[in-house]
This record gives sequence, structure tokens and C-alpha cells, in this order.
Amino acid sequence: MTETTGLWHLLMGNLSYDALPFYSPIATVGASIVVLGALGTAVLITWLGKWKYLWSEWLTSLDHKRIGIMYIVLALLMLSRGVIEAVMMRTQQALAIQSPGYLPPDHFGQLFSTHGTIMIFFVAMPFLTGLINFVMPQQIGARDVRFPLLNAISLWLTVAGAALVMVSLVLGKFSTGGWSGYPPYTESAYQPGVGPDYWIWVLTLSSIGSTLTGLNFAVTIYKERAPGMRFFRLPLFTWTALCTSILMIFAMPPLTVATALLALDRYLDMHFFTNALGGNMMNYANLFWLFGHPEVYILILPAFGVFSSVFSTFSAKRLYGYKSLVYATMAIAVLSFTVWLHHFFTMGQSPSINAAFGIATMLIGIPTGVKIYDWMLTLYRGRVRFSVSLLYSLMFMLLFVIGGLTGILLATPPVDFVVHNTVFLVAHFHNMLIPGMLFGMLAGYQFWFPKAFGFRLDETWGRIGAACWGLGFVLAFMPLYVTGLEGMPRRSQEIFQPQFAPYLLLAELGGLIILAGLFSLFVQLWVSIRRRDHNRVPVGDPWDGRSLEWANPAPPPEYNFFTLPQVEDRDAFTWMKERGVAYLPAQHYEDIEMPRNSATAVAIGVAALLSAFGLVWHIWWMAVVGLGAAWAAVIVRSFVRDTMRTIPASEVEQAHRGWLREIAATRAVSRDEEMSAGNVGLAESAS
Amino acid sequence: MVRDRISLRSLPQLLCVIGGLVLVLASAGCALQGNGFLNPVGPTAEAERQLFFEVTALTLIVVVPVLVLTPWIVWRYRRGNKQSAYRPKWEFSWPLEILAWGVPVLIVIALGLLLWNRTLRLDPYRPLSAALPPVEIQVVGLDWKWLFIYPRQGIATLNELVIPVGRPVHLTLTSDTVMQSFMVPNLAGQVYAMAAMKSQLNLQADRAGEFLGENTQYNGKGFQKQKFRTRAVSEQDFSRWLEHVQETGKRLDCDQYAGLMKQTLVPKPVHYARAEAGLFEWVVKKYQTEPSPACQSLTGESARD
Amino acid sequence: MKPEVHVALKHPGINLGSSDRKTDVAAESPVFGFWVFLMSDAVIFALLFAVYGVMMHAVAGGPTPHDLFEIKSSFLETLILLTSSFTFGMASLTMKYSADNRRRLLGWFALTLILGVVFLAFELHDFSSMAAKGGVPQRSGFLSAFFALVSTHGLHVASGSIWLVVMMVQVVVFGVDPVVKTRIMRLGLFWHFLDIIWVGIFSVVYLQGLI
Repeated sequence: MTETTGLWHLLMGNLSYDALPFYSPIATVGASIVVLGALGTAVLITWLGKWKYLWSEWLTSLDHKRIGIMYIVLALLMLSRGVIEAVMMRTQQALAIQSPGYLPPDHFGQLFSTHGTIMIFFVAMPFLTGLINFVMPQQIGARDVRFPLLNAISLWLTVAGAALVMVSLVLGKFSTGGWSGYPPYTESAYQPGVGPDYWIWVLTLSSIGSTLTGLNFAVTIYKERAPGMRFFRLPLFTWTALCTSILMIFAMPPLTVATALLALDRYLDMHFFTNALGGNMMNYANLFWLFGHPEVYILILPAFGVFSSVFSTFSAKRLYGYKSLVYATMAIAVLSFTVWLHHFFTMGQSPSINAAFGIATMLIGIPTGVKIYDWMLTLYRGRVRFSVSLLYSLMFMLLFVIGGLTGILLATPPVDFVVHNTVFLVAHFHNMLIPGMLFGMLAGYQFWFPKAFGFRLDETWGRIGAACWGLGFVLAFMPLYVTGLEGMPRRSQEIFQPQFAPYLLLAELGGLIILAGLFSLFVQLWVSIRRRDHNRVPVGDPWDGRSLEWANPAPPPEYNFFTLPQVEDRDAFTWMKERGVAYLPAQHYEDIEMPRNSATAVAIGVAALLSAFGLVWHIWWMAVVGLGAAWAAVIVRSFVRDTMRTIPASEVEQAHRGWLREIAATRAVSRDEEMSAGNVGLAESAS
Repeated sequence: MVRDRISLRSLPQLLCVIGGLVLVLASAGCALQGNGFLNPVGPTAEAERQLFFEVTALTLIVVVPVLVLTPWIVWRYRRGNKQSAYRPKWEFSWPLEILAWGVPVLIVIALGLLLWNRTLRLDPYRPLSAALPPVEIQVVGLDWKWLFIYPRQGIATLNELVIPVGRPVHLTLTSDTVMQSFMVPNLAGQVYAMAAMKSQLNLQADRAGEFLGENTQYNGKGFQKQKFRTRAVSEQDFSRWLEHVQETGKRLDCDQYAGLMKQTLVPKPVHYARAEAGLFEWVVKKYQTEPSPACQSLTGESARD
Repeated sequence: MKPEVHVALKHPGINLGSSDRKTDVAAESPVFGFWVFLMSDAVIFALLFAVYGVMMHAVAGGPTPHDLFEIKSSFLETLILLTSSFTFGMASLTMKYSADNRRRLLGWFALTLILGVVFLAFELHDFSSMAAKGGVPQRSGFLSAFFALVSTHGLHVASGSIWLVVMMVQVVVFGVDPVVKTRIMRLGLFWHFLDIIWVGIFSVVYLQGLI
């Protein structure tokens, strides 16, 4: 990168012609897709005349359901980039057996770094945050999260992070230091460019957003439960949401500290993690994994919550071992803070420390095993319906235990010594994150989609998608276990063992099938939107649901419930349906206060993005202005008094009576007709 | 009937997944003849391989029932099968719960004991034999090559580790660049090499042969090519090789070493007849103090005793 | 909001209680939320303390705590900050018992603000005298860790001071209404929290460094 000087440097920092992606055709194509995609979307919205609608109904909305949906849209968009990058890497490894392949080493390094960063921070995190946002307040009988504006700020900080990672595809090069960004490799001595700076600020934006999200969810669950919703009546998904939120509150700060100190090293020439002058990269490893390991459970716990809902709903049966599952969830959350050292057994510490952390890691296997068995017992003596959600959940059960097995192996320090840093490790954590995390999120997406939009997703394409993801995963990662055991290091741009060829080709095939799975998801969405009139479920209960989120129309009104429900049982909605009190008018309706839309969060997001971009390119005025603008937005907002809007009781009553009239005119369907057009969301009692 | 169709339609998918799984795992069983620890050549890798199978076997006690029972349960209790029992309100059973917690607890206790015992025994810092004195070798991780210094013999090599068969080898590692991870999978597990710090690794080869050594920690553009040849040779061949290097190699002095610090790939192993004494210690120390000592402050003597 | 919340949960800075239950209950969640935020913030400080503890001896041949720290100055800073906590406490009491006396309330706030700013001035003076002796953050791991920890606290005090100014303006604009009151309460928590952190810095960094 050439140094810029003079006035240009003052105005544009290190940004120069060299930053443009003309160094390789692949980079140019990637950047063009981003630029054209953004322009195309903008043109499309303009052509449809939807800017105003988008701004007033979505972007400035403080409704937890819309914020949740926007999180999931972000997750699916970023998932597309993540999967494409994965296929590019698989293709490179399949081609680069004793040959350089088509990706130069530097580009390959950027790919595995962005792939990991995107998949963790901009797919997994927004997906689970979106699902929790959409579902949790409805499950606990609340009208919104406790701090709606803060919720929107979290969203827009996350969007700003995602936008920055997209910008990095167009301007400059991303870090090659992997998603964990280990120094000293990410120090300016070894990577002087903007790459690690992009990585640092992308993560910082995302981690601040997640900390605030965790705080918001935890307070909501503690303080906003409907009358009668005791802790031991919370649906398991809400329990996992609570544990995940608590983990976010305590585990995101270590990441913020790790990236901040690395930034001090890079920007102010300090010596936290440098080789010389007393720096010590081992501190970074500890800080990063003090975040990184709880993060794994931040990701997996909400998926466990989804599986709990799906297994009990689609076997038409109460969840087996509810309290056991709750205690297991809490045990996992607590233990997750005691195992971080297993990410660096090979750093040369004393064997008793390694052994202690290895055993702590294995302890997590106990509650996790209990959960698996409790889910099996939930299916046992049920009436199992093979919906798309249930298929994802079953594939999870069968594949996740394989990941559990390899996890136990990796937790054994002497075994870790031989498979650490190999593709065995890569296969292991993908085994946990794809069948565990992602299948959970996709199951939840299929499960709650009708609640969010009022129509079911197409069943056939759902099954095709599920089959592709399952098969694709097996083919893509099981071979890597084998080559990992044979000592193939992760992040290899070129492979020198010809005997790996069949395995890597198989993995390539798996990658392509996963790509087909991703494509099927979008086809399913498209087909479902086209056929939405056949699949409408306005009454709101398409799956004979058990918890409160099914007790309102689909899509639910802004304020979720016409009157706040009184909770009497763990399966609150099933209890109501069994007693015939699920669809009754209230004796008394109240005015409902809901937050007005606010542009503050969008403003903060844009300001934060500018600030981060300025920091990356050393455009100091922009960094300062951005940061100042973000804080100014907060202060200005604190002077706004008229933040709430009242929905009069009469309007609520009218809406409720309208819905009840619709129900009265609707035929309840048995579970045999679940997938037919006859299912408009009213379940026959006692299936 | 509709309900049968629903359950039958999903069957191929499940079979697909399970089938694929079995296929790949089966192929994993007949391991590749290769460089992994599953083809051990030394006592450490041998013990690690054994532990790998023991842990797998113990864990399978929990895993296999899930793999077998889950498909059976969902098939037996599918909605289409009206003969099977249906207990929608059943949600707890003490005996089953004790089993669900008890079995994993017992297995983790067993695994924990095994883990404690083996982790202490297979500590990479622990000497392999009390009787035989080990061959001392100092290892410096560089971008993107490995430097091996034999301090007793006064020689050094680049990207070639030669060790005598049947003798324990004691490696002391450091890095003169970013963190790297040193591994010869056929012989032993890996350990990190970090600047300003020393780590250790004990290993031994039980038979002669040529094995792959590698860096497993990504450290930049040349990472994937940072491999080295490990040759285990008989005691006689080892002495002969030492003599050969001492006669034919060049000298590793400060200037030479400064060249090695550049980010380069080395296509062929290089041999040094004489390595500067204290070079390894200097590499470690130069990061510890400011101002760091100059390489020229070394004695200029060969490392030979 | 839930009707069954016990009124026994009192907010020390608010004179509402049973006389205005609705506001009291409404204050519950934001205050609880702020405690949660402080926990998260406390984790950041805990980690910075840990990093400092690990790097304390990583002086790399540069100046040591003995060469750089001045007990007199840091002790004075401790006194200033503790006094500012006291004056903030007086502001809370004023808000509780004589909220009509806006001038007295603003007076205590102004005093707190002045003490906060004087503290920051002393801290900057410390930093510059350290720099004069070669104690710059670029010199060693120890100094990097020192500056990261102490300036993070300093930045918090600076943000607290800005927040204090904002609240003074809000008191003037809106009067001491329930919204302003709960905000002042949270600012109070923040201010006292920073005091506790400073006591930690004084003992762990300065006293330990000079022993």
C-alpha cells in the first residue's frame, strides 16, 4: 500500500487508488457483486416506490418482532456470503493438491478470516438474536422487550459491523489472521495493512451490540413476564434465551477488551501482545477464549431451546424432564466459563492445569447428554409428525452426538496435541455449529415463519433444503475428520498429500450440496410468497402450538396480545385450549402504550459505521465526527419526551373481536391436515 | 393416506444422512497409510493413538444408543402408527432420569480419571527415559521454515530434523517471528513455539524412516509450505550424518541468520557445519530486554562443546 | 409492568415509594438494567486489572513503578474522587427530601462536576510527569497495561462528567420529574461505581507499585 500525503491524507487517510480491488479478477468480481447488489437493491426499492414504507415501517421501527425479522434477514444475507466463501475454499483445496489451485495464498487467508468472522458474528449471532427477539417476548406474554430503543441500537450496530465487513470486500484487504485474530501475527509488524483493523472494528461494533442485547433480554425476562408466568413455567426456549443473555453480558466484555488492546498495539504502538518490550500474546489467547468459549454456548443454547419446542410440539406431547433441561441449561452456562484453556492445551503449561481444564470440559458433556436423552424421551410415546422443523431437529440429534464424541476427544489434552490445528478440529466445530446451531436456527425459522408472516413455508422445498443441508454437511465434514487424523493442518491453501484427494473431492461435493441447500431456502421463500394465499394461517396456530406465542393472530398485532394472558401452566396455550378459554373476548380492555418509531438507532448505526471506517483508513476527522455524532444522538434523544403512543382500548377491542369472529367462522383442523390449505391456524382440540 | 405419506416421505432423507455417515466413518476406519498419529512410530504417538481409541470407546456408550434409538423412536411413534402408545401428559420418570444423568456422570468420571492419568504421563515436557540421555535439539520457528540447532554437536540444519532411532530426543522451541506450532504427527503431538519464550517437546522414533513435520499454526502466505523432513536413522548413520554435515556445511553466523529472518521459503534442506554458540539463547533474549543485545555480542565461537 | 412487585424495593434517590407506586414500579426495570450494565462494565475493569497484574513486571528494562508513581498525587486524587462521591450523595439526598430546591440540587451537582474535572486534571498532570520521566505507554508492556487501565477509568469519569452536565440541563429544562430522577439515580450508581474502581486502582496499582 502506498503512503498518502498532504491534504489528501488529511481528508482521506490511507485511502488511495491501491485500495480498489483490481489486484485480482476474483477480488474484482466479488467487489462488483457487492456494489451492484447494493445499487440494484436501491434501484429496485426506488422503482417500487418503497423507500417511505421501508423507512417508516421497518428501519425506524422499535417493534421487537420487526427488529427480530430484520436480524434474520441480515443473517440470511450474510449466510449467503459465508457459504459462497466456504465453497470457494473447498474448491481451492480440492484443486490444490500438489498444485497452486486458483486462489493465491493471500486471498485464501482473507477468505477463511472473513468466513469465520461472518459466520459467527453476522450469521449465528443475528440469527439467534433475531429469533429470540421475535419469539421470547411473545412466549412470556409481554408486549415488547423492556428497552425497545436499545434493541434497535443493538440491531443497527450489528448492521454497521456487517456493512463494514462488506465494505472490506470493496476497499482494501481483510485480515488473514483468522476469526480469532491471534497476535503477534495480527500486529502491525506482521500485517501492516488495514486488514486486522477491519477485523477489530467489525468485531467491536458487533460485540457492543451483543452486550446491549444480552442486557435487554435478561431484563425483559426478569421483569416483563405476564401474570402467573413463574420461572418454572417459562418455555424452554425462553430459558435458553435467558442463559444466553447472561452469557452475553459477561462474555462479550472480554472480546471488547481483547480487540481494544490489540487496537492500542496497532494504533498507538503499545505492547500488549507484541513479541518485544514485555508484550505477551498468551494474554490475548486467554482474553479471547474467555469470550470465545462462552460464545460457543451463546450460539448453541438458543438452538437447544428451539429443539425443545419443536420436539414437544411435533410429538404432541409435554416436554419430558422440563426441570432437568432447565438445570442442564444453567449448568452448561456456568461451566462454559471454566473451560476456555482447552483452546490452547498446546501452549506448554503444566499438565495438571491442562488436565483440570480437560475435565471441566468433559463435565459439560453431562448436561448436554442429559438434554439429548430428555429429547428422545419427549419423542417417546408421542405422535411424531415429520415437519421440516422436526427433520432438522432429528438430523441435529444424530449428527450432534458425533460432534460430541469428537469434542470429548479434543478435550483430552494428549489427543488434542495430535489433532489441534488440523482439519479434525475444523470438522468438529462445524459439526457443532451446522447441525447444532444452524439446524436449530433453520428449524426455528421454519417453525415460527407462519407466526411472523401469516403463511406457512412451502413443505416440499423445505424438505429438499433439509436433505441438502444434512447430506451436504455429512459429505463436507466427515472426510475432514479423516484427513485431520492424518495431520492435515487447517487453513492450508495447498496440499501435498495426493492420498487426500478423494476426501477433499468428497468434501467439495458436500460443499456444493450445502450451496444447493442454501439455494433451496431461497427458492422455498420465493415459492411460499408466490403461493401465500394457499398457505395462510391468520388464526395463528398452525402447529397446534403449546406456548403463548401461538395464542395470538399471525402476524401478531404490534402489541402482541389484546389482553395480557394469565398463565396457569408450563404449556400455557395448550392449557387454555384444553379448557376452551383460548379464544374468549376479554371483559375489559385497556389502553396500550407502545413506543413511537425512532430514527435515533439508525443514526447511531450510521455514525458508528463512519467512525469505524475512519478508524480503519486513518481518516481521523471521520472517526471523531462519527463517534461524536453517535453520542450526540444519544444525548439529543434523552431530551425527547414524547416517545410513547397510546392505542385506545376501543381499537384493541375491535381488533380482538374481529379476530374472534374470524375464528368462529373457521373450521378447526386435525393434525392430518396440517400441511393442507385447510389449515388456517386453528387446531382441533385433543389431537 | 395423508399421514402415512408424510412420514414415509421423510424416510429417504434420514436414511440418506445415516447412510452417508456410516460410509464415511467406515472409510475412516481403514486409515490412510500416512503421516498421522494413527500410524505411530514412537512411544508418544503410540500412547496417544491408544488413548484416542479408549476415549472413543467410552464415549460411544452414550453415543450409540442415541444413534440407534432415535430413528427407532420416531418411526415407532410416528403419527401414522396408531398402534403405538400415546402419553401426551407423561413428562417425568425418576428411573429414566437417574439413568439419563447417571450414565453420563459415570462415563465422565471414567474419562476424567483416564484423562488425568494420561495427561500427566504424556506431558510433552516429561523426559521419555530416565536411563538414556536425550539428544538435545533447539528449534527456532522462522517465516516459513524451521531451524534446528544441535548444540552439543555444534551444527545446525534448516528444514531437516535428523534423529537417531531408539534415543529420546529433547526439543527446546522458540520462535523468531509470530507464534507457530511444531508437529511431527507420527512421533508426537504438537507444541507452540512463541517468541521470547521457550517451550519443550520430548519425542522418540522406534524405527528408521522419513516422516512429515509441519507447522500447524497459520502464519502467513508461506504457511502451507512450511514443512520439514524428519529422518530417523540408526546411531551409526546418525554419527556419519553428523560428520558429513560438519565437513561439508557452511557456517551459521550472524549475517547468515539475519538472512533467515526474511520471509522466505526454503526449497531444499540446508546444513550448517558450525552454528554460533548461544544463538538460540540470543533469539529468546533479544525480545526480553530493550535495548536488545546485538547478535554480534555472541562469542563468535562454534556451539560445539 | 407487574402489579405484584413489592413496594419494599425502595430507590434511595426517589421520594416516591408508596405515595406514587406507579412511578416507583416503573423505575424498577431501568435501574435493574443499569445494574446489569455495571456488571458488564465491571468485567471490563476486572480484565484490565488482570492484564495489569500479569504485565506488572514486564518493564522491559524501562522505568518501574518506583521511578514513576507519586503517592502524594494519587492520594490527593483519591480524596478528590471520594469527596465527589460524597457531594453526589448530598445531591441525591437533596433530590429526595427537598426536590423543589432546584438551586441547591444544581449546586451539589456543580460541586461534583468541578471535583470530577479537577480529578481529571490531576490525572493528566500525572501522565505528563510520567511521560517526562520516560514513562510513555509505548515503552513497555507494564506501561501499556497501566495506561489502558487508568485511562479507561479516566474516560469513564469524563463521560460521567458529560452526563452530569446533561442532567443539570435536564433539571433546568424539565424540573425534577420522575424521568429525570431515575436518570440521576443511574448516574449516581455510575459515579459511585467509578469511585470503587478508583479505590481498586489506588491500592492495586499505586500502593502495590510503591511497596
